[in-house]
Amino acid sequence: MAKILMKGNEAIAEAAVRAGCRFFAGYPITPQNEIPEYLSWRLPEVGGVFVQGESEVASVNMVYGAAASGCRAMTSSSGPGISLKAEGISYLAGTQLPAVIVNISRGGPGLGSIQPAQQDYLQATKALGHGGFRVMVFAPATLQEAVDVTYNAWEYAERDRNPVMILMDGCLGSIMEQVEFPEMKEPDRKGTHAWDLNRVEGEKRSARLLLPYFPEALLEVKNKSHKAMIERWQKNDVQVEEFMLEDAEYVAVAYGISARVAKEAILRLRDEGHKVGLIRPITLFPFPKESFQKLNYEQVKGIIDIELAIPAQMHDDIALEVLGRAPIHDYCRSGGMLFDDDGIYNAVKKIIDGGAK
Amino acid sequence: MEYQRPSSLKPTSSGFCPGCMHSLATKLIADVLDDMGQQENSVHVVPVGCATLNLAYWKGDLVGAAHGRAPAVATGFKRTNPDRLVFAYQGDGDCAAIGLAEIMGAANRGENFTVIFFNNQTYGMTGGQMAPTTLIGQKTTTTRDGRDPLTTGYPLKMCELLATLEAPSFIARFALNTPKGCLEAKKAIKKAFTLQLENKGFSFIELLGNCPTNWGLTPLQTLDYMNTNTIPYFVPGVYKDKYAEVK
Ligand SMILES: Cc1ncc(C[n+]2csc(CCOP(=O)(O)OP(=O)(O)O)c2C)c(N)n1
Ligand code: SF4
Ligand SMILES: [Mg+2]
Repeated sequence: MAKILMKGNEAIAEAAVRAGCRFFAGYPITPQNEIPEYLSWRLPEVGGVFVQGESEVASVNMVYGAAASGCRAMTSSSGPGISLKAEGISYLAGTQLPAVIVNISRGGPGLGSIQPAQQDYLQATKALGHGGFRVMVFAPATLQEAVDVTYNAWEYAERDRNPVMILMDGCLGSIMEQVEFPEMKEPDRKGTHAWDLNRVEGEKRSARLLLPYFPEALLEVKNKSHKAMIERWQKNDVQVEEFMLEDAEYVAVAYGISARVAKEAILRLRDEGHKVGLIRPITLFPFPKESFQKLNYEQVKGIIDIELAIPAQMHDDIALEVLGRAPIHDYCRSGGMLFDDDGIYNAVKKIIDGGAK
Repeated sequence: MEYQRPSSLKPTSSGFCPGCMHSLATKLIADVLDDMGQQENSVHVVPVGCATLNLAYWKGDLVGAAHGRAPAVATGFKRTNPDRLVFAYQGDGDCAAIGLAEIMGAANRGENFTVIFFNNQTYGMTGGQMAPTTLIGQKTTTTRDGRDPLTTGYPLKMCELLATLEAPSFIARFALNTPKGCLEAKKAIKKAFTLQLENKGFSFIELLGNCPTNWGLTPLQTLDYMNTNTIPYFVPGVYKDKYAEVK
């Protein structure tokens, strides 16, 4: 298929349709409105269902209901709405139902701002709801990558019977880029999944119960298998881009839009002979721990965490891997204030020149 | 006539308190499913409240919902599976307090499923706190001197509220403290399910029930209590019926 020019939010929406998503419920919030708008006409075209919910709470619970029928289902929102979805995401994890949650992130806390930010890293990677569960979190940096992670998101969600989050800043949601869409996946036949309350035609089986509540001993067993799943993710499912790390003396760490801007700055610094590289997590959870473990700390003089979040949110995850073997600097903006490559260039230059505290 | 356990329920004993009308309501619904041969086709959306106990008794397919969200879960399921008979069974705290937005949204969209609303005027599961439906003057663990409308407002009438909406097809209230009330309720549940199977839209059946444990009354006393207190305020009857010809 030929490349087409598309806006980030719409690219995610179309990729979801291609992935076989046939149910979407959501509630308007900037900067993600193009996702529900697009799906409101696109899903009916392919025999799917779009519902504008009365709130984010209702929308995520509609997704829970649709997922219970084996249907690939998705909801999207931004900061304030993701907080409201916390209940439903926790129930998805508790009942072990697959679904995809998209957060096109904006400034926070509170109503914050509608401008792009990366203020929801901790919420996404540590506690997307109550009860101590984790979800895989994908953070694309290009629209093609957004298409690809969305297209694959249900493969992980269904493999694990666990929700998956796509965390993309409002900047990527709003820009236009060329993307190429993969083939349309047809939704699975009804009744084929273990969590599907439907039966395959003619199938005789007793009832299926999708339970959010467990006796204590069983719940502990369930918690343990969730832990084992997280360990498998760490082993098998990390996605990361390592850019110019071999000889790097300074290692920038950034994801999403920040990584794109950082790369431009790094290329300029390289032109001037500075040995700077980049670790770009694509999965924020599982975090690319190994990329930090295998750095040569004889060579690395500093790590620079670059985020659209103040205070920096990824810093602690980096520190847990670096273990004091190199100083970690933060270069952050927030509130909807963006980076430009001059800003990152100057900040990194200052660190290299020893001007940074 | 021989009365038997509905085959839609498992042959286990119930964990509802003795004399609790949750048992009765559960049986009525199960009877209707049996009568209609819909056990296998039914999907029961189970709420949070004493009715959560139904997770263990029900033979058909079921999915547990978060507190108040059963109508949203039912929306997602029914929209993607229009052929299944979907019903949510909700308590008064679940439906009329924390889930008010979800029930109003689903009813206003005219979702093609049925909500059965069990109104026992208290939060039974959590130990008898005030519910939005608690009667004026009724003592609960959070209204020790009786519900005072000056600070807590008035008992919410769900049937009347929902009947102001254009979309719903069938809205009715019944009291479970007499055999007559139970029989009428059963007929209405059957009608609601029939309408749903004919794609005729949203139906809401309110069942006035008791909570002997938290009302501090014996099961027998609750029957009189309901006649004197509950029924005069929550008047049984049909509040909306777009398809009066359907029995
Ligand atoms: C979000 C949330 N808040 C509070 C609770 C605690 N809770 C469990 S049941 C219940 C009240 C149920 O009352 P009602 O719906 O009237 O059902 P009943 O037990 O009276 O049948 C509450 C508040 C919960 N489970 N989830
Ligand atoms: S607490 Fe009340 S509502 Fe709950 S089972 Fe006991 S009597 Fe019924
Ligand atoms: Mg109650």
